[in-house]
Amino acid sequence: MSSTEHIAGTHVHRDDVGSRMGMWLFLFTELILFGGMFILYSVYRFQYADEFHLAAKELNTIMGAFNTAVLLTSSLTMVLAIIAIQRDQKVLSILMQLITIFLALFFLVNKYFEWTAKFHHGIYPGSEELLSKSSGEILFFGLYYVMTGLHGVHVIVGMVLIAVMTRMTRKDIITKDSYVRLENAGLYWHLVDIIWIFLFPLFYLIT
Amino acid sequence: MVKHETHQEHSHSYSIYILVWLALMALTAITVAVAGMNIGRYTIATALIIASFKAYLVLTIFMHLRSESKTFVVFVIVAILFLGISFVLLFSDYSFH
Repeated sequence: MSSTEHIAGTHVHRDDVGSRMGMWLFLFTELILFGGMFILYSVYRFQYADEFHLAAKELNTIMGAFNTAVLLTSSLTMVLAIIAIQRDQKVLSILMQLITIFLALFFLVNKYFEWTAKFHHGIYPGSEELLSKSSGEILFFGLYYVMTGLHGVHVIVGMVLIAVMTRMTRKDIITKDSYVRLENAGLYWHLVDIIWIFLFPLFYLIT
Repeated sequence: MVKHETHQEHSHSYSIYILVWLALMALTAITVAVAGMNIGRYTIATALIIASFKAYLVLTIFMHLRSESKTFVVFVIVAILFLGISFVLLFSDYSFH
């Protein structure tokens, strides 16, 4: 992720393309991590189609759609932060990064309310209420908690990453001429967005 | 250096990103609306096609794959292909059990 920089006099050697490629390679490992879970999901959905439909009724579609919109917007502000720094608009770039972090936080707060509402209905891993349901429904909620939970962890990591970038931008480490770190943080953030793009219809839109 | 120039070229317009964002929001609305209708087994197919198109937009525009060199594109295609192979192999194994 870190680009090699040697400062020899006034000449700076670095490999931005290599740096981005390193980030993409990391993103492929993430694809395999989530891909494995999507495979698990698809097999169980195939096996327990009716139970999955029944269980999905418990999820709040409006909330899910709203959170999708929040994440998509945060992806936009992340892209705009990169363009702003390319145009040497430091303040605008920092503002866009802060909005991205705020939207990520907003996503997590919604998720928190969503999960607590489920907990109140007695639906959480290992609860009596859940264990009394059919095995297909137990599997649905197991996958729901693991997949959205792991995605949530990625959102938290993304927030921290972008916060570090904001600090670097403020300290002029990320500048008009050297912004590959911000680009890489952006790539990570968009991947988190793409994963949600698939999670949303698979969990919320089976009615 | 060539890379640098293409990036510069891109940085001139905010509008393309706003447009893509609007498209993504519209597609989300469409996918929710379609799920509300009762089209049976086509529901999941439609949802996945729309999701794939959204992912394509994010990859090419937001993640700048469009302006990266061909190597990046080949890498991404190979990665997705391998995920696809895992799906196909697993399902062919599963359906013959």
